[in-house]
Amino acid sequence: MQIAPPDFDRMFGALADATRRDIVRRAIDAQEGIVELAGHYPMSFAAVQKHVAILERAGLVTKERIGRRKVVRANLEGLRVARRLLDQYEELWRGRIGRMTELVAAEMKESPR
Amino acid sequence: MTVTAVHKDPEHLTMTLDAEFEASPERVWQLWSDPRQLERWWGPPTYPATVTSHDLRSGGRVEYHMTGPEGDQPKGYWEILEADPPSRLVFKDGFANADGAPNSDMPLMEQRVTIRPTGDGRTRMSIENIFPDVAAMEQVMAMGMESGLTEAVGQIDAILAEDPVAGAAR
Repeated sequence: MQIAPPDFDRMFGALADATRRDIVRRAIDAQEGIVELAGHYPMSFAAVQKHVAILERAGLVTKERIGRRKVVRANLEGLRVARRLLDQYEELWRGRIGRMTELVAAEMKESPR
Repeated sequence: MTVTAVHKDPEHLTMTLDAEFEASPERVWQLWSDPRQLERWWGPPTYPATVTSHDLRSGGRVEYHMTGPEGDQPKGYWEILEADPPSRLVFKDGFANADGAPNSDMPLMEQRVTIRPTGDGRTRMSIENIFPDVAAMEQVMAMGMESGLTEAVGQIDAILAEDPVAGAAR
């Protein structure tokens, strides 16, 4: 499934809530509809429905019809896109450390101790 | 490979990087304490940094801007919380408005740098990045800055780990 252009702000906003993260986790199996999902949380059906809608807008889950039922399925491609972005922060620091190393090495060449 | 370890801790909203240098702790400290050297590594090649103010003492401040390919000049600053040469530096890393005043709408990220000799002539530097909360991480991300949304990372890793197909596809 394509999520282009990925709306990262929305995606991470959606993942910032513990209930929604749990819904995504359960939605990997794509076994449950909103009614079943709502049974796991001490909140109303409407509240769970709202959480699912937020996840859906963020491209993290889709609703899928299986026979007469509608189940909520996690969009793993969307999650992977997010994961790759998060690695960029690590990359930023790896880049910095690489430049630090070059600086230190360049100086050693100029004035070997 | 100079980066020896990366540790992401989703529960504590931190990411820690360890790196080793063929140099003394004093030399590694200079990378932070000399503004001209700092400029040469802080920004990526496409966004070189210019340090305009540099007082690396507890309570001091570092101010800089970066210059992008389009001539855009985002500003940033550090608030120094702890400076103990050549072994420890703790600072808040924030964004500034065009006039240089701190942009209070943007999160402050805390960085804790520890520099220690390894005992065999090299030096290990550990950088701990601490986000105040998940919302702050999101905000940094929304700025287009490279960001470590570590809690979300941990959650996503956990989610992907539960799915054998997705795990194998990586």
